[in-house]
Amino acid sequence: MNILEVKNLSVTFDTPDGDVHAVKDVSFKLWEGKTLAIVGESGSGKSQSAFAMLGLLPKNGHAAGSVKYMGNEILNLPEAEMNKYRANEIAMIFQDPMTSLNPYMRISKQLTEVLIHHKGMSKREALGESIRMLDAVQIPDAANRVHMYPHEFSGGMRQRVMIAMSLLCGPKLLIADEPTTALDVTVQAEIMDLLIDLQEDFGMAIILITHDMGIVAGTCEDTLVMFGGNVMEYRPTIDLFENPQHPYTKGLLEAVPRLDVDVQTLSTVSYDFLEGGKK
Amino acid sequence: MSEPILSVRDMKVWFDVRDDEAGGIFPKTKKLKAVDGVSFDLMPGETLGIVGESGCGKSTLARSIIRLVKATSGEAIWMGRDLLKLSDADMLAVRKDIQMIFQDPLASLNPRMTCGEIIAEPLKTHFKGMGKAERREKVSMMLEKVGMDPAQINRYPHEFSGGQCQRIGIARALITNPKLIICDEPVSALDVSVQAQVVNLLMGLQEELGISLLFIAHDLSVVKHISDRIMVLYFGNVVEIGTAQQVIEDPQHEYTQKLIASVPIPDPRKEMERREIRRAKRAAS
Amino acid sequence: MNTSEVKGRSLWSDARRRFFQNKAAVAGLIALTLIVLISFIGPFFAVWSNETIDWDVMGSAATLGQPSFASGHYFGTDDLGRDLYSRVLQGTRVSLMVGVIGAGISVLVGTIYGTVAGYVGGRTDQIMMRIVDILMSIPFMFVIILLLVVFGRSIGMLFLGIGLLSWLDMSRIVRGQTLTLKNKEFVEAARATGVSTTTIIRRHIIPNLLGIVAIYATLLVPAMILTESFISFLGLGVQEPLTSWGALISEGAGTIRYDTEWQLIAPLIFFVITLFSFFFIGDGLRDALDPKDR
Repeated sequence: MNILEVKNLSVTFDTPDGDVHAVKDVSFKLWEGKTLAIVGESGSGKSQSAFAMLGLLPKNGHAAGSVKYMGNEILNLPEAEMNKYRANEIAMIFQDPMTSLNPYMRISKQLTEVLIHHKGMSKREALGESIRMLDAVQIPDAANRVHMYPHEFSGGMRQRVMIAMSLLCGPKLLIADEPTTALDVTVQAEIMDLLIDLQEDFGMAIILITHDMGIVAGTCEDTLVMFGGNVMEYRPTIDLFENPQHPYTKGLLEAVPRLDVDVQTLSTVSYDFLEGGKK
Repeated sequence: MSEPILSVRDMKVWFDVRDDEAGGIFPKTKKLKAVDGVSFDLMPGETLGIVGESGCGKSTLARSIIRLVKATSGEAIWMGRDLLKLSDADMLAVRKDIQMIFQDPLASLNPRMTCGEIIAEPLKTHFKGMGKAERREKVSMMLEKVGMDPAQINRYPHEFSGGQCQRIGIARALITNPKLIICDEPVSALDVSVQAQVVNLLMGLQEELGISLLFIAHDLSVVKHISDRIMVLYFGNVVEIGTAQQVIEDPQHEYTQKLIASVPIPDPRKEMERREIRRAKRAAS
Repeated sequence: MNTSEVKGRSLWSDARRRFFQNKAAVAGLIALTLIVLISFIGPFFAVWSNETIDWDVMGSAATLGQPSFASGHYFGTDDLGRDLYSRVLQGTRVSLMVGVIGAGISVLVGTIYGTVAGYVGGRTDQIMMRIVDILMSIPFMFVIILLLVVFGRSIGMLFLGIGLLSWLDMSRIVRGQTLTLKNKEFVEAARATGVSTTTIIRRHIIPNLLGIVAIYATLLVPAMILTESFISFLGLGVQEPLTSWGALISEGAGTIRYDTEWQLIAPLIFFVITLFSFFFIGDGLRDALDPKDR
């Protein structure tokens, strides 16, 4: 069934220079256990849509429209009710894991706290579960490493810890905002592969927010391309890549140099589709 | 074939870093071998791509050549002279011929200077006798060359987009007519669409002016596109060097193979296949 | 081809616009300007000089020395019968001068010292900053008091004492900023091109420091005024017949039980308004110049 249904989501920011419409009329559906990619360049509104869904917009941001999680409206819920959904039902991971990990707390404490708080586990149970989860994200020697501090992990390992933490409560939906942008390519491949493996094991749906068409290609059933707050194209990934309909998608795909194809000159994205023809 | 314009021989850059594992009251230091014996040649008009992941020493290597970082040992022979042994005055003369482009387009421009002042700075340094009007003329021409409107000459960096800032950086590097430009991740902070424009600009300018490029990047796809030859660095060592085609299509070293296997390809069918191959490899090891 | 050049919008003009949008800061600026103007123009309207003793009032300041336009003592007189209006204006000039000169020394010495230490780095930096540490560890109030006692009370000595200590904090702040700036890519770009060290400091480091220096300097002026007031309050500041806010407040506080509250209130109003103005201006500058909070 539909785990998430977003209809006409719009996000507006009040700024000293007037209202800025960051997201305009975004609609999509996400099926249970499936993966949706939201692709766009900086300023396309891809992250703001996700923040709006989870009620994480800054104070000057307003969201309108409808976001239904399992049939229940969750957009603009009061903080206390939203908190029930966060972590338990919907989890989020970010580009920089350090923003979500407390540098002064051992990983064990940060992980067990979530379990004790949300699941009512005892300390000992929680620790066992945390170690199991670190194992699941393939952190070697998890039983010992669980007692380390975040800075003692490398970037890739930190992102694994972050993923483990987000999966602790068994969320049905994981929103990953540029989860591999700060990582090296080899680590990026490992993390993306891990996410897909975990998805198969845990059966959660994933929304992957990224600027990298390459990552989208390998991981997501559906792809939604955004530009300037608008949806340019929203289709199954294979169709979208093999037969892009929108000139922007086409341009984006052709502008990326590819390892498997040789071209003389990279084509640049044309903005002819916009009124006035300029970005 | 002609003589190399730059030959780097057995370049080593070691840093002293605090050794946290050693005990004792006084901090002990250990050597961090950022660059550990790298050698390569660069031909006139050639683009050599340097790839590697963070911490592999690619930026340090480039900086050690132009003495922004002190090399521990080694040689960097530039047109017959070892750059590392030149006096400061001789080195200053060489700096006119070797320029650099940086990763962060905005951070590489002084926020308090106008775009015109920024581009003119190398001229002020190397052509002390040049008059103000001539300088301005040159800057305007250079702005046009990198695809910007010369009318923007009095604007400040924060008034430009990332791509435009990078063009200003390129203009600054080109204004002294250098023979070599070191590009340190020049497109990795840019959006895909802008990245293509900047890559095209660099390649076009290189063809027109016959400059050599040292193109440092972590994105193998971009490096492959722009480079004649590719050098792969891993923990301060060269693991592979060869023509772009050789390195990409027939990688010899295990690390290069892993790197290539990890680069995502925007083609769903190919990418799924590649993931299965990676998965099988992991299961085997 | 240069016919239609676009004018740039520098960070400074941006900051200026933001500053003037800040009501408190603008109010502070206006109040401060007024106080400065009054302290310089005011004496032309004074009937009495700050030194002259009104012998009629002397001895019965509580009754005859009250503020009144009729007697020409707009703010009343002090205990000795001297005109408080003139004395407050003259004290304002001294106090402001102490603040501005103290802050000026700190800007000049602190900025240069801090940039050199930060930019050169290594051993030079170590030695220069240890000197600052040592100077800071000396209880400066004690040193100033000692200076004033040994060499006699004079404005020069006061400036010397305040100047000695004021630049220490500034040099630390500037050094910290320089350390972050010198690793910025635009400084590296300048080094790669071969720009000389002094030019880099002058062209790339200092202009980018000025924001924080300006903020800190405006906050330093009231700190200097406070220091001077404290010393004067102890009775060690400027020498009679010259006076300063601290000395006036001290006198006013000493005689308050004789029902001469104007002797305290008059200098206090100037003092408080000036301090608040500087704080508001400092706050406004910080909001205007610090791009992070935008």
